[in-house]
Amino acid sequence: MLRWASHSLLILLAVPILLGTLIAILPAFGYFPTLGGTEFSLDAWRELVQVPGIKRSIQISLLSGILTPLIALALVFLYLASASGSKLDNWMRRLVSPLLSFPHAAAAFGLAFLIAPSGLLSRLISPGLSGWERPPDLLIINDTWGLTLLFGLIVKEVPFLLLMSLAALPQLQPSKHVELARSLGYRPTIAWLKVIAPNLYPLIRLPVAAVIVFASATVDVALILGPTLPPTLSVRVLTWFNDADLNFRFLAAAGAILQLGTSLLAITIWLCLEKLCAVLWRFWVATGDRGTGERLVFFSGRGAMPIVLLVITGSLVALLVNAFAGPWRYPSVLPSSWTFLHWTNNFQNLLTPLLNTLLISVGSTLSALVLVLATLESERQSGKLRATAMWLLYLPLLVPQIVFLFGFIVLTESMRWQGTMSLVIFGHFLFVLPYVFLSLSEAYRQLDPRWSQVASTLGASPFKSFWRIRIPLLLAPCLTAIAIGMAISISLFLPTQLLGAGRITTITSEAVALSSGASRNLIAVWAVVQLSLPMLGFLAALTVPRLLWRNRTGMREIR
Amino acid sequence: MEAPETHSFSIRFILLGILLQLTSPATAQSIDLSDWQSLERQARGETVYFNAWGGEPRTNNYLAWVSELMLERYDITLQHVKISDTAEAVSKVVAQRQAGNDDNGSIDLLWINGENFAALKENDLLYGPWAESLPNFKLVNADRFPEMLEDFTVPTQGFESPWTRAQLVFYYDSQWLAEPPQDIRQILEWSISNPGEFTYPRPPAFLGSTFLKQALIELSDRDPALYAPVSSAEFERLAQVLWEYLDALHPSLLRSGRYFPASAIDLRRLMGDGEISLAFAFNPNEALLSVRSGELPPSVRSYVLRNGTISNVSFLAIPYNASQKAGAMVTANFLLSIEAQARASDPDHMGSTPAISISDLDSNARRSFETITRDLAAPSAEDLDRKLQEPHPSWTPALERAWIRRYSAR
Amino acid sequence: MSESKLELDKVSIALNGKQLLTVDSSVGPGEVLTIMGPSGSGKSSLLAYIAGFLAPVFEASGGVFVNGDDITTLPAERRRVGLLFQDPLLFPHLSIAGNLRFAIDDRSADKASLIRQGLDEVGLGGFEERDPGTLSGGQESRIALLRLLLSSPNAVLLDEPFSKLDSQLRAEMRTLVFSKLRASGLPSILVTHDQADADSAGGEIITLEQ
Repeated sequence: MLRWASHSLLILLAVPILLGTLIAILPAFGYFPTLGGTEFSLDAWRELVQVPGIKRSIQISLLSGILTPLIALALVFLYLASASGSKLDNWMRRLVSPLLSFPHAAAAFGLAFLIAPSGLLSRLISPGLSGWERPPDLLIINDTWGLTLLFGLIVKEVPFLLLMSLAALPQLQPSKHVELARSLGYRPTIAWLKVIAPNLYPLIRLPVAAVIVFASATVDVALILGPTLPPTLSVRVLTWFNDADLNFRFLAAAGAILQLGTSLLAITIWLCLEKLCAVLWRFWVATGDRGTGERLVFFSGRGAMPIVLLVITGSLVALLVNAFAGPWRYPSVLPSSWTFLHWTNNFQNLLTPLLNTLLISVGSTLSALVLVLATLESERQSGKLRATAMWLLYLPLLVPQIVFLFGFIVLTESMRWQGTMSLVIFGHFLFVLPYVFLSLSEAYRQLDPRWSQVASTLGASPFKSFWRIRIPLLLAPCLTAIAIGMAISISLFLPTQLLGAGRITTITSEAVALSSGASRNLIAVWAVVQLSLPMLGFLAALTVPRLLWRNRTGMREIR
Repeated sequence: MEAPETHSFSIRFILLGILLQLTSPATAQSIDLSDWQSLERQARGETVYFNAWGGEPRTNNYLAWVSELMLERYDITLQHVKISDTAEAVSKVVAQRQAGNDDNGSIDLLWINGENFAALKENDLLYGPWAESLPNFKLVNADRFPEMLEDFTVPTQGFESPWTRAQLVFYYDSQWLAEPPQDIRQILEWSISNPGEFTYPRPPAFLGSTFLKQALIELSDRDPALYAPVSSAEFERLAQVLWEYLDALHPSLLRSGRYFPASAIDLRRLMGDGEISLAFAFNPNEALLSVRSGELPPSVRSYVLRNGTISNVSFLAIPYNASQKAGAMVTANFLLSIEAQARASDPDHMGSTPAISISDLDSNARRSFETITRDLAAPSAEDLDRKLQEPHPSWTPALERAWIRRYSAR
Repeated sequence: MSESKLELDKVSIALNGKQLLTVDSSVGPGEVLTIMGPSGSGKSSLLAYIAGFLAPVFEASGGVFVNGDDITTLPAERRRVGLLFQDPLLFPHLSIAGNLRFAIDDRSADKASLIRQGLDEVGLGGFEERDPGTLSGGQESRIALLRLLLSSPNAVLLDEPFSKLDSQLRAEMRTLVFSKLRASGLPSILVTHDQADADSAGGEIITLEQ
């Protein structure tokens, strides 16, 4: 029964994604019976090549795809090298999970409200420092080369890579090795970079690949921060898909395959960079230099994370101010009055999406949790760790959403299965699964095996031992995994939009739809709702165990 | 007591009837337009999916009020499906036709006009005619206002029912701009000497396309080719004028024309922040409503270009495969009622321009429409009289695609 | 009071082809077989093999008979072999009574009185609702022993259960544990590297090579 569960985990992940990707290929080459396309043809590709600005779209996608992980990883490594074990580190470890749950769309909106010409930052320095009475005519948001997009992506991916690194670090025993290196005369940050970093990187390759794919193929963040003339490739594919003229579906399919190719190209370039870096690193380590650049690394590492935190906090503040702002003329830093009007006016509109969001996130996360627990338990009982499952688990993160969702929809539309809640929940389930697994697996596998052993010597069946001992002991990690899963589901845009056929609205799908034409206040309200939900989840994950085990001192540091 | 022969005869009839039901395409409803009462009865308990642009919160709130009333009075559950572009709904109907879905469409009522209406009508994707059978249709006084029967020069032929009027109106912030430009050429001159003060929404956003049409009409001196279906020769000829104009205009626009706002609301926000000093909207009361809500400063004024601006009517249509046609028609009728139109025109609610003829109402009813007093922020009635007709709907997608092709990559 | 016999029939455990130990012995009711040896000699893996959760990385063979039945064919939870670890491992999320209830066979009748009786016998009467985290080391060990006995095992394994206690507690616990095991007639295997433990056990001693 349990083995069936773990097999189905892999099947449920692999089949829709691979199938969806394959099916998306067919219309790209002219095969789409419902639209009358029955012959192989390269028309869609010919048209694609002639789309104005297509080269630029590809370039921007490539650029974000490579620079985002590069800079984010550099920041994370610099930080880990300079701050491990410090007070800052303690803070960061606690903040990372909640930071991660800040949904992409809300974060992007917040950033836009922070750094736009009429945004919070600009107002802070006007008219005093800048002399501006009216906002400066600067192309910051939606700039043509996607620098703001890059910035936003980096700020969002740093917590993700940090979390993955922190999860992988313990097995490397960093403190021991750094101490050893220091005893040989190496300065601590340089020691970390030379000794730990090369061993850490291979462990976080898959998360890095996920970042590459996300950065090169994101739709929601690109819609909010990315360039518009021309937009990124993924945004264009979405636009063609939604075009009134259904013949654009062929072009959209070709575009989706091009997007897939672009992301793969980004990964390939990254792999080459990897090799280059490995060579350079080896060279650097071999020089035996013990301390050059220590100061630089130390300060940039210590400084980088607080800056990222500052940006995220600033975005949050910008959102909150806009959500409760009365009339707010430039260059006032704060609104002339505060109001709940934006909330009361839109309360009705918020209700249905809110309920849908809760239903979908709970449904998809609980299903994922059940499957993950079954898989982990069967893995434990059989005594074998499945390393092959790793890349399969990452599959939803390694294939651009727009590619396999496209194919998936073609498939389900032909089965007349469209726009239903169950389909959306299934789509969310696919994305939530990897995160729930990743966040729970460590804790699950690390749980002292002796607890289960004691239970079995006391005559408890595996079932009883699982339910009465393992689950309660793992309550906090389970709740955290649920909180993370729900946060992921809440932040999903494309799966809801495409699988729900526009009929099923969630907070995120509505918020992103608003980005192209709604008042700042309204967008802020939606963004605040969007980011509060995961926070509630994390709050629950923190407080429920505390309440439940308030008379159990042994549960505080359960290992 | 039936004779045995008639008994078996009627059984045969019943069987035949069942057979017919199974083999012929299921007709979800049979609509009798002459009996409005029975239609209302038929509509009870239906859930009507009303696909309407959801980008304006005032409209959304107004429709929420409509939904409440529809449930109370007609036992109809009206669901406002917010779409960002009517073209999406069009593509959905087309897709459903191609998937063979002829009776269970996901759209029952559609807020539509222009090229979207033309696309659906040409392809027989609309149910109709039905509009002139609505009891409230007479309020529109189509004899006096023939534009109620025409959608961008295409006759509606009863396939859609009017809902609101609209007209392109310019507004400016008088604290930064004393003498606003009065026609399209003046706009260019002024923008060049005052860079970064003006911009327009990016086509294919509705308002952006409207700006292109307005410019083209003025620059070509109302060339008659615009009111006929577009041909590539005529398009080449006329678009040339437009491109010359835009090429000269763009470098002086906000962000040097490298970024265009996405919608009317974005444009409004730019003015509210003081980034631009001239903007425009398709709702004559836009500036007024925004000043009242605090989005725009009280120094904002509205006006109409001296050669007139584009005005149109927007309608409600029912796709051919709508599953709740009766409910859709009852809804359309209610939206055309005095009560609904009055509330829609109230600046506290939607602030739109009513489709029904106010002057034909009795004095009592007329009073509910006098909510907009003379206000500096709103255009004068004389201003609004300068109307230009919409070009033929085929011009809109042609202009949009050409603009995108020309200005997407810089 | 049960009268069980535990036999180890050519039990052999190897790791990576290298043989760790071979044991061929039997333990009568109330008797204690002590296995001594330095760390890494495989003592704990022997206990794991008997209890039924030896990691698959080890190669093990040989029969383990309790009252003539080979328990190596049974899953761990059906072997009825109790195990006392180095740490008491009281379930931290359950109360003392909860821990004890967990051990008692479901079909048993009056769990409450069994628990009360047991707690009185180890000198911890009235501790039912206490939080295991608030107990002292000695108290925890006594509860662990009680929990094991309440599960009605047929044999008992002791994996250096006294090594984390201070010397005075050690002596007390040794006396308590062995007297209880003798009184219950349970055969036990004790693994330790402390000679004093072995002496106190008073049974056969097998010393493993390195």
